Amino acid sequence: MRVATEQKRLTLITGAEAAAHAMRQINPDVVPVYPITPQTPIIETFAQFIADGQCDTEIINVESEHSAMSAAVGASCAGARVMTATSSQGLALMLEIVYIAASMRCPIVIAVGSRALSGPINIHCDHSDSMMARDAGCVQIFAENAQEAYDLMIIAQRLAEDRRVLVPVMVMQDGFTITHSAEPVALLPDESVREFVGQYEPLYPLLDTDRPTTQGPFALPDYYFELKRQQVDALEAARTVWLELQERFAETSGRRYEGFFEEYKLSDAEYALVILSSTAGTAKVVIDRLRRKGVKVGLLKPWLFRPFPAEEIAQALAHAHAIAVLDRAISFGSWGPMYLEISAALGRYLHEKPVLYNYIYGLGGRDTPPESIASVVTDMQNELDPRVLRYLGLRE
Amino acid sequence: MKRYQELPIGGVIPGGATPHLVQTGGWRSGKKPVFNEKLCVNCLLCWVHCPEATILVERSQMRGISYDHCKGCGICSQACPTGAIVMVAETNDEPQMPQQKAGEEVCV
Repeated sequence: MRVATEQKRLTLITGAEAAAHAMRQINPDVVPVYPITPQTPIIETFAQFIADGQCDTEIINVESEHSAMSAAVGASCAGARVMTATSSQGLALMLEIVYIAASMRCPIVIAVGSRALSGPINIHCDHSDSMMARDAGCVQIFAENAQEAYDLMIIAQRLAEDRRVLVPVMVMQDGFTITHSAEPVALLPDESVREFVGQYEPLYPLLDTDRPTTQGPFALPDYYFELKRQQVDALEAARTVWLELQERFAETSGRRYEGFFEEYKLSDAEYALVILSSTAGTAKVVIDRLRRKGVKVGLLKPWLFRPFPAEEIAQALAHAHAIAVLDRAISFGSWGPMYLEISAALGRYLHEKPVLYNYIYGLGGRDTPPESIASVVTDMQNELDPRVLRYLGLRE
Repeated sequence: MKRYQELPIGGVIPGGATPHLVQTGGWRSGKKPVFNEKLCVNCLLCWVHCPEATILVERSQMRGISYDHCKGCGICSQACPTGAIVMVAETNDEPQMPQQKAGEEVCV
C-alpha cells in the first residue's frame, strides 16, 4: 500500500478503536453483538459512540454469538445495514449461522479480532478462527495494522452490499497485536465515509410489504445445488468489485490498496515470504535488514483470502527461486491453509514452479520475532527439504 | 426447471411462497379432517390455525376442506370449538359424522 504523503490528521488509536470509528462513520442500522476478548474493545468503543450520540445504531445485546448472528440475519433480511464483531469461540459459535447468512446473501460485515481456538483455552492471536470459517461463503479480508483495519472495514461495507456480491464480509485484525496496540491512524472525515458507503438499498427487504418475499426456504436436491452455485458467482464478482472499490477508495482517501495483495520488494526477489496480517509488518523489517546484506528477499501479503487471488499470486511469485508460506493456523493431518492455496495456485498456473516451503508460526499468540522470520530465509538459502512441514518458535 | 442464473439469489421467493402453486397434499398423516357444515359457526379459527391453504373460505364463510393441500395435522379439528371438524382414518370412506343432538346449544 502506498500511503499518501500529505496526512492532514493522525489519531493515536488501537486497531479495535479504528474498527469502531469505521463503524461509527458507517452508522449501520443494527449491530447485534456479544462481547469476547480480544474483540470486546471494538464494541465497547462503538457502544460509547452511540451513548455519546455520535451515531444512532440499534445495538442488540444478545445472549450468545449464535444469537448475534441469528439477529444479524433477521435484521439484514428485514432490510437493515448490519455489522457485528467477534473472535475465536464467538466465531465458532456463530459459524452455523454464518453459513446461513452467506446462503441467504446477507451483506453483514463482521469485524474479527483474530484469536486462537480452544482448546486449550487461549486468548491470544492466531488465525485458526478465521480459517475455520473460510468455507462459509464470506469474503475474508486480513488487515496488517490499525490503518488497514479501519480502511478495510469501510471498503468491506461497500463490497458486501454491491448487488453483484451480497455476501457477508469478514475483516480480520490480529488479536491484541493490533486490536490492543495504539498507532497513528488517518481517519477520514465522516462525510467522506458516508459518501463512500452510500445508502444501503436492500434487494429483497422483508419489511417491504408491497413486495412480499419468502426467505430462507427449504431447498431439496432439486434446488440446493443451484443456490450454492450462485454463491460461487458472488465470490467471483467480489474480485471485480474489490478492484473497482480500490479506485474509489484511493480517490476518497489518498490510500491505494493495489490489487489483491501487497508486494514488498518482491519484483526482483529470489526468496519470497507469504504472510497474512501483522506478522507481515515484522517481515518487512527483516527484509530490509537482509536486503542491506545483499539477500534478495521479498514479501507477498494477501489482503483477500476469500476469494483467493490464485492466478495473480502465482504470477507475482513465478520468478522466485523459493517461496515460504507462513501459516498462523494448521489443518491437522495436512498443511497450513494458505500453503494449500498457494500450492494449488502454483500447480494450476505455473509450468516451472518455485520451491515451496510451509511454516506454522505463532499459534496461541507465540511470539514471532524478526530472527524467526530471518531463519526461514536461511532455510531456503540452505535448500532444506521442502516436503517437511516446519514450525517457527516451537520447542522441539 | 430454472438454471442457477435464472433463480432469484439466496433462495428468495419473490411474491412469497404459496401453496396455491403447489399441491402439498400428496401424502397425509393417515387421518384427514372431515367438515360438518351443520355444526359450523363460521368463526374461522380453523382458517387462522391451518398452516396450509386447506380451509376453503368464501365471503367469510367456511366452505370446506381442500385435500390437495391437507397434511392431516389435525390442528383445525383441535381449534374448532364446535366439533364441526373431526379427524377420521384415511381408509374410512364413509366417516361417521358427529351429529348435533336435538336441543343442544353450540358453545362458541
